[in-house]
Amino acid sequence: MNAQPETGIGASVRRREDFRFLTGRGNYTDDINRPGQLHAWIVRSPHAHATIEAIDKAPALAVPGVVAVFTGADMVKAGVGSLPCGWLINSRDGSPMIEPPHIPLSPERVRHVGDQVAVVIAETREQARDGAEQLVVTYGELPAIISMTEAIKPGAPLIWDQAPQNSCYDWEFGDRAGVEAAFKGAHHVARLELVNNRLVPNAMEPRAAIGDFDRGTGEYTLYTTSQNPHVIRLLMGAYVLNIPESKLRVVAPDVGGGFGSKIFHYAEEAIVTWAAGKLHKPVKWTADRSESFMSDAHGRDHVTVVELALDKDGKFLALHEKTLANMGAYLSTFSTCIPTILHSTLLAGVYTTPVIYAEVRAVFTNTVPVDAYRGAGRPETTFLLERIVDIAADEMGIDPVELRRRNFIPKDAFPYQTPVALQYDSGDYFTTLEMATKAADYAGFEARRAEAARRGKYRGIGVSSYIEACGIAPSQVVGALGGRAGLYESAEVRVHPTGSVTVFTGTHSHGQGHETTFAQLVSDLLQVPMESVEIVHGDTNKVAFGMGTYGSRSLAVGGMAIMKAVEKVVNKGKKIAAHLLEASEADIEYKDGKFQVAGTDKAKAFGEIALTAYVPHNYPMETLEPGLDESAFYDPKNFTFPSGTHICEVEVDPDTGVTEIVNFVAADDFGRIINPMIVDGQVHGGIAQGIGQALLEGCIYDQQSGQLLTGSYMDYCMPRADDLVSFKVETHNVPAVDNALGVKGCGEAGAIGSPPAVINAIVDALSSLGVRHVEMPATPHRLWQIINEKRAAKAA
Amino acid sequence: MYNFEYHKPASVADAAALIGKAEDGKLMAGGMTLLPTLKQRLAQPSDLIDLGGLADLVGIKREGNAVVIGAMTTHGAVAASAEVKQAIPGLAQLASWIGDPAVRNRGTLGGSICNNDPAADYPGAVVALGATVTTNQRTIAGEDFFTGMFETALEEGEIVQSVSFPIPEKATYEKFRNPASRYAIVGAFVAKGPNGVRVAITGAGPTVFRWKEAEAALAANFSPSAIEGLKHPADGLNGDIHASAEYRAHLVGVMTKRAVAAAG
Amino acid sequence: MASTVTMTVNGKSVTGAVEARTLLVHFLRETLGLTGTHVGCDTSQCGACVVHVDGKSVKSCTILAVQCAGSEVTTIEGLATEDALHPMQEAFREHHGLQCGFCTPGMVMSAVDLAKTNPDPSEHEVREWLEGNLCRCTGYHNIVKSVVAGAKAMRG
Repeated sequence: MNAQPETGIGASVRRREDFRFLTGRGNYTDDINRPGQLHAWIVRSPHAHATIEAIDKAPALAVPGVVAVFTGADMVKAGVGSLPCGWLINSRDGSPMIEPPHIPLSPERVRHVGDQVAVVIAETREQARDGAEQLVVTYGELPAIISMTEAIKPGAPLIWDQAPQNSCYDWEFGDRAGVEAAFKGAHHVARLELVNNRLVPNAMEPRAAIGDFDRGTGEYTLYTTSQNPHVIRLLMGAYVLNIPESKLRVVAPDVGGGFGSKIFHYAEEAIVTWAAGKLHKPVKWTADRSESFMSDAHGRDHVTVVELALDKDGKFLALHEKTLANMGAYLSTFSTCIPTILHSTLLAGVYTTPVIYAEVRAVFTNTVPVDAYRGAGRPETTFLLERIVDIAADEMGIDPVELRRRNFIPKDAFPYQTPVALQYDSGDYFTTLEMATKAADYAGFEARRAEAARRGKYRGIGVSSYIEACGIAPSQVVGALGGRAGLYESAEVRVHPTGSVTVFTGTHSHGQGHETTFAQLVSDLLQVPMESVEIVHGDTNKVAFGMGTYGSRSLAVGGMAIMKAVEKVVNKGKKIAAHLLEASEADIEYKDGKFQVAGTDKAKAFGEIALTAYVPHNYPMETLEPGLDESAFYDPKNFTFPSGTHICEVEVDPDTGVTEIVNFVAADDFGRIINPMIVDGQVHGGIAQGIGQALLEGCIYDQQSGQLLTGSYMDYCMPRADDLVSFKVETHNVPAVDNALGVKGCGEAGAIGSPPAVINAIVDALSSLGVRHVEMPATPHRLWQIINEKRAAKAA
Repeated sequence: MYNFEYHKPASVADAAALIGKAEDGKLMAGGMTLLPTLKQRLAQPSDLIDLGGLADLVGIKREGNAVVIGAMTTHGAVAASAEVKQAIPGLAQLASWIGDPAVRNRGTLGGSICNNDPAADYPGAVVALGATVTTNQRTIAGEDFFTGMFETALEEGEIVQSVSFPIPEKATYEKFRNPASRYAIVGAFVAKGPNGVRVAITGAGPTVFRWKEAEAALAANFSPSAIEGLKHPADGLNGDIHASAEYRAHLVGVMTKRAVAAAG
Repeated sequence: MASTVTMTVNGKSVTGAVEARTLLVHFLRETLGLTGTHVGCDTSQCGACVVHVDGKSVKSCTILAVQCAGSEVTTIEGLATEDALHPMQEAFREHHGLQCGFCTPGMVMSAVDLAKTNPDPSEHEVREWLEGNLCRCTGYHNIVKSVVAGAKAMRG
C-alpha cells in the first residue's frame, strides 16, 4: 500500500468539523431559539384509518399558554397546497400514477397512526402538549389495511377512493418477451420469494423545524433538519405555501444524520412556517423520538418474487423480478422512484445477465409513508440478486464465489451497457472479490465450520458482490424518466482580496465531513493551504442553489461543480496574471500556487492575483470584470458505479437462535478517494445499518389496528456497540471515467452490500438442516423457530 | 410530563408521612422507570417523594451469613461491590447486566423490586436466594413479596429499606436479553444453599416464579444434565413480538441449564 | 410551582428557576444555554444526553433538575480546557470517532466515565460499556478505537 500524503487529495486529514461537535458547540436546529418563539405540538391520529367528524378547539384554547390551534380545515381555507411528489411514474398501460393530495394537516380523513390532525401552539412546549391533550377530535373509524397483499385484493377497503385496489402504479421495465424465451430454454431456474423488511431510519437527531416571519420585510425563514434546504425552499414555497424564493430563506444548520429520511419535505416544516406567518411569531417544533417513529418516512418494505435462469455452466441467461412496494398512506417526496428507477435499473448487478424484466406495483397502505433510506432501492435490488445467486449456486452445486466469478462483467468490457438502461463506466469486480475472499480466508472456512460444529454451533460464510449507482443523473434523462427535478449541483468559489477562499456548495453535510473533504479538494486544486479554504452549506441565503445530499452524490456531483468553479477562478486568474506579467494568456500556467509564464521564472502568487482582482489599479478593465468569484453548475453525464464484495462469517447458537457475527470483510471500489479516513467511516456506518437490517431491525405494525408495535427503542432494535464487531475494510479503486475527478460515491455502499452477506452466511450456517432462505431481520426468535422446525422435520 | 409537588425527605419517617398525606403521591427511588413513565404522560402523580436523600438506605454490609443491601443502593454499586462479588458473585453479575452504565448509576435495588416489572432482573435473585425484604413496617419473605405483574405485597405508604440476601453455596444468573430493550426475555437465577436448590425465573411470566421441577431435579443432582430433558410448559408465559410463549418456555430451560453450568 | 435550584455546572455555581418537572437536560439546554447535551429519544436509551453528576455518568433526560440541587454537574462543554481538548475528545478527533456529531457529547461523557472506572478497557469492554449510547453513523468501529485510545491517553 502506498503511503498516504499528509494534505490534499488522498490524505486522511482529521476533520475540521470535529472541534465544534466534540466541545458541544454544534448548532443543531433544536439548539436554535428565536426571540418570542412559540412552541408547536402536533396532534396526531391515534387511528390508522378514520374520518375526522369534528374538532372542538375550545378546550385546547382554554389551556393556559395556548395561543392558537389550527386544523386541516383552516389550512384548506387559507389555500395551503399539497406536499408534492417529485417523481411521476407511469403504469404499464401508460396511465400516470395515482397521486393523492397531502395537505400538511389532514382536513377530512386520517390515513395512518401519527397522521397530522391539528397543531396546538403555546408559549411553552409542555403547554402546547397540555393543549393538545384537551383538543377534542371526533373520529369515525374505518377499516385499516396494513398488509400489501391484503391491500391489493379485490374488494379491499380503499385508502384513496381514486386508487382502485390501493394501487398507486403498476410499472414494468425491461424485455418481457426476451426473458420469457430465455426461461423456456434454460437449464435451470432458481426462484425465491422474499421480503425486504421495513425499516425506520432513526437518525440520532430527531427532526425539528422553526418557522419565522419578519413582518417588516415579509420574509419567512425556516430552520429545519434537512439534507437539502434549497429543495425544501422550492417545494414548500412553490407547491405548499405559495411563497416566492426571494421571500423564503431555508436554513439547515448542523444536522444530526439523515440517511435519506431528511431529504423529504415534511408537513411539520410547512406547518411551522405557515403558523409563523399567521401569528407573526417564530414557531418551533421538535419531534419526540416516539413521534419520529410515526412521522419520519420509513424505508424498504418490498415483497418480491425473483427468478433467475441459468445455462448448464451456470451462466445467467435471464432475470425476472415481481415486486410489491409499499408507499404507505401518502406519496412522500421521492417515494415513487425508489422501487422503480433506483431499483430495477440495477438488476444487472455486477453480472452479464443479458435480459431482464421487472414488474413493480406500488401499493397504498395505512402506514407511515415509505421513501429513500440509505441505499434507496439499491439495497433491495442487491438483496434479491445476491440471494438468488446463492440459491442458484446451491441448487446447481457450484461454489457461490465461483458462480459469481463466472458471471462477472469482465474487466475489459467497460463501458458496459446493461440491459436495464445503465451504462457502467468502470469497475473491477474480480479484484475486490479476490481481496475479500483472501481477507476472510474463504478457502479455510470449512475447517472453521467443523471446529464450530464440535462446540455445537452452526457456522456459515456469506458472500455478496454488489454494485450501486450513485449521483443520479443526468437531468435530461431523469426528466424523461418522470423526475420532476434537475439533478445537477452548484458551487461558488469566492476568492477574497487577501487570498482566502470561501466555497459555497449546494450539497449538505450531516456527518459526511464535507467541510473537510471539500476543503482538501479545493486546497489541492487551487494550490492554497487548506486553512485558507472555508466551506459553506445549508443556507439558501448564502448558497445560490443546490440539490443537497443524498444518493452518495455530494463529491461526484457537488465536488465536480466545485472543480468547475475552481477552473473558472484559475482561468480568470490567468487573464489577470497575463496582464500583470505582460505575457500571453496562453503562456500562463498555474502551478504550486503561482501563475507563471511557462518556461520563465516570471510569476505572480495566487494572493497577488486575488488582491489585484479586488484592487484593480493595474487591470485589463476593458476585457475583464474586477473580482474573483466564480460559480458553476455541473450536470453529470452519468451515475458513478462503486462496487465490491462483502463477506460475513457467523455462528448461530441453536439453543437460543442467536447469531454472532464473527468476521465481516468489505473490499470496495470507490474510484479516486479524497479522504480515506472519512471513506472508511462511511463504509463502517453503512455496514452497521446493513447488519441492523439483516439481524435486528424490523418495523412491525399490528395488522388489525394499524398501531406501530415497534414505536420506540424499547421495541425497535437499533444496533448497539456490542451487537457489532470491528470490520475489515479495504479498497481497490478504479477511477470513474465519467467524471473528471474519477470519484465514485461511498455513502450507501455499506448498507447495500452487507445485508445479503449476512443472510447468505446464516443460510449457509443452517444449510445442513435444509434451510434455503431466512427473512430479515434474522432475530434469535425467528432462527430458533426455523431450527426447531427443521430439526423436528428431520427427526420425523 | 405533568407537573407535581416535589419532596425530598431526610428520613424514612418523613417520607412515609409525605406519602400518607399526598393525594396521589409516588415514591421515587432512582427514577429509571418512573421518570420515563412520567415523561410519556402515562401517570399523573400529585406529589413525587424523592428517596434520594435517605442516606441510611444506601450501602452494602455483611450481617452474619447474609449480605444486606440498602434499598437505595444503585445497581452500579452492587455490581462493583467487593463484598457482593465475594459472597454472592451471581448477584453482582445480575446487577451488572441491568440497563446500561448510566442507568446503573441511578437505578436502585429498592426501585427495581417495588416496580416489579415482569422483565426486571432483581426479583429472580430475591426469590432464588430466599431473601428477606425489610420495610419501615415489617419484614417480608422474598417469595411473598412479588404478587403479580407490577404488583407487590407492599401496603400503601410502605417503604422498602433493605434486602437481606442469605449467602448461598452457589448462585448464578443467566439472562436472555430482549435485543431491543435489553430487559430480560428470560432470566434464570439458580441458587444452592441453606434453602436447598432454588430456580427463579424472570421475564418469562407475568411475575417472577420458581421452576419447581427443575429445583427437584437439581436437588438430586446439581448438574446441567439433571434438567436435560426437562421442559417448562409454555402455558401462562408471556408472548410478544420479540418472543412467543413457546420460545420463552424453551429459553427457561436453556438459561437454567447455563446458570447451573456456570455455577460449576 | 416554580422554584429555584442551585448546582455547580462545569465548575461554576448556577441558580435558575425550574418547575418540579423540569429535567436536568432541559435546565442545561434551555436555562443555561448549554446545548451540547442532546436529546435523541424519550425512553432513556440513546445516551445523547449523558452528563456527569457528582462524577458519574447519568442520563440527564432521566433526572430532574431539582434532584441535582447541590450537585456537581459536568457537561461536554466542561471537558476541554481553554487550551486543549480532553484526551478523550482528542482521541475521538484523531480516530474519526464521530460523524454527524449528535451522539458525540453523550458518547464522550460515557467514555470518560468508563476510563475512570476501567483505565485499560478491552475492545469488548468498551462495546459493553457503550450499551446505553446509540450511534447511527459510525457503526461504532471508530468509536471503539477512539475510546481505547482515549483511555490510554488518560492513563498518561
